[in-house]
Amino acid sequence: MLSRRIIPCLDVRAGKVVKGVRFRDHVVMGEIVDLALRYRDEGADELVFYDITASPEGRSVDRTWVEKVARVIDIPFCVAGGIRSVDEARAVLYAGADKISVNSPALERLGLIDELAAAFGVQCVVVGIDSLCDADGEWRVRQYTGDPAKTQVLPRRTLDWMAEAQQRGAGEIVLNCMGSDGVRRGYDLEQLAAARAVCHVPLIASGGAGELEHFRDVFIDADVDGALAASVFHSGAIAIPQLKHYLRGQGVAVRL
Amino acid sequence: MSVVLVDAGGTNIGSVRYALQRLGVDAALTADAATIRAADKVILPGVGAAGPGMARLRELDLVELLRSLNQPVLGVCLGMQLLCAHSEEGNTECLGLIPVPVRRFAETPGLRVPHMGWNRLSAKQAHPLLAGLGDDEQAYFVHSYAVSVSDWTLATSDYGEAFSAVIARDNYYGMQFHPERSAAVGAKLLKNFLEL
Repeated sequence: MLSRRIIPCLDVRAGKVVKGVRFRDHVVMGEIVDLALRYRDEGADELVFYDITASPEGRSVDRTWVEKVARVIDIPFCVAGGIRSVDEARAVLYAGADKISVNSPALERLGLIDELAAAFGVQCVVVGIDSLCDADGEWRVRQYTGDPAKTQVLPRRTLDWMAEAQQRGAGEIVLNCMGSDGVRRGYDLEQLAAARAVCHVPLIASGGAGELEHFRDVFIDADVDGALAASVFHSGAIAIPQLKHYLRGQGVAVRL
Repeated sequence: MSVVLVDAGGTNIGSVRYALQRLGVDAALTADAATIRAADKVILPGVGAAGPGMARLRELDLVELLRSLNQPVLGVCLGMQLLCAHSEEGNTECLGLIPVPVRRFAETPGLRVPHMGWNRLSAKQAHPLLAGLGDDEQAYFVHSYAVSVSDWTLATSDYGEAFSAVIARDNYYGMQFHPERSAAVGAKLLKNFLEL
């Protein structure tokens, strides 16, 4: 039976891991390789690194740390940040990343997803979606969320984009529910369950983890394949071994 | 001991190489027939699709060479599938070293494809490649096609159905999961291969 994945997310800015609240006000949490090793030792199933300012700054991800991480880490990791072309993706994958995740650049040019899937196979291609509920009750996509000054509200509905991204070749979807992010009141179960219904590839929940129960709820109620979290792990509020024992006790398949 | 990684263009070559370095082995990355033939161990990594994978081996003129090796050869992920007879992916004739088919996971409600993540390994036969493998050990898989269970299956995993996680025939071995990304379990099985 496939285990549900626990995925610490490391937001990278200027070579350090940072964390903000609701995507703003970033605080330095530590060194990339140190944190990667710590999470690997604690039993993280996978790591995601977001070079959060790459896209707003119009550059690709910095590959030097990708290679450093690949040398020391023996669990899979995904890298995101301003990847705009097959060549940039290839460089990151050859540096040792297992998957690349595209978000804003895929919204700039939809064909990017098709090209990446054709070049590397869908299993390497993750599409990250930043989503927020608008005043009319619709979930819509946000772009360039790494920089609040540059964040764009798109007319595109989140679930429509999710369907299209899969059709174009997304092998996995990470849904960042921005309304829940950083406030530790639980994942956005309603939005994630709606996403699950249209998502036929692995779906990763992001935004809102604060308590052990939040992870149980998102796996059982929204049936996601993985749960991504940052601040609860960085701060030590939740230790991964404790979380996994709790989840196994709750009947959720995990790797111990 | 000389270990070579066949440079067939897979994006996981760097990761496999680093995993071997963590075990103290510096593997050469090569597509040179003489170097491959002279190696003590040969690893065929691979991420991507079966059709382009075989096309690349033909382009490099490595098909007959890979079929005629006598030292232990390990195929990883797509590399394992290429050792088999035929893949449904792009209706591709593979190397035919292990006479089993490679099939796409059946469409099943609630079963997401690709099969991506950690899944349990169940040993079916005692074999030095599986030395030290416990009852509750998981490895990291990423694939949409799987090798059917056969007499050459050493270990299975389950995703809707049982499929081959580890296979062996004569000097040819395959791991469907990524040992280079499967933490201590992966390191143990890679080390077992190096010690065959």
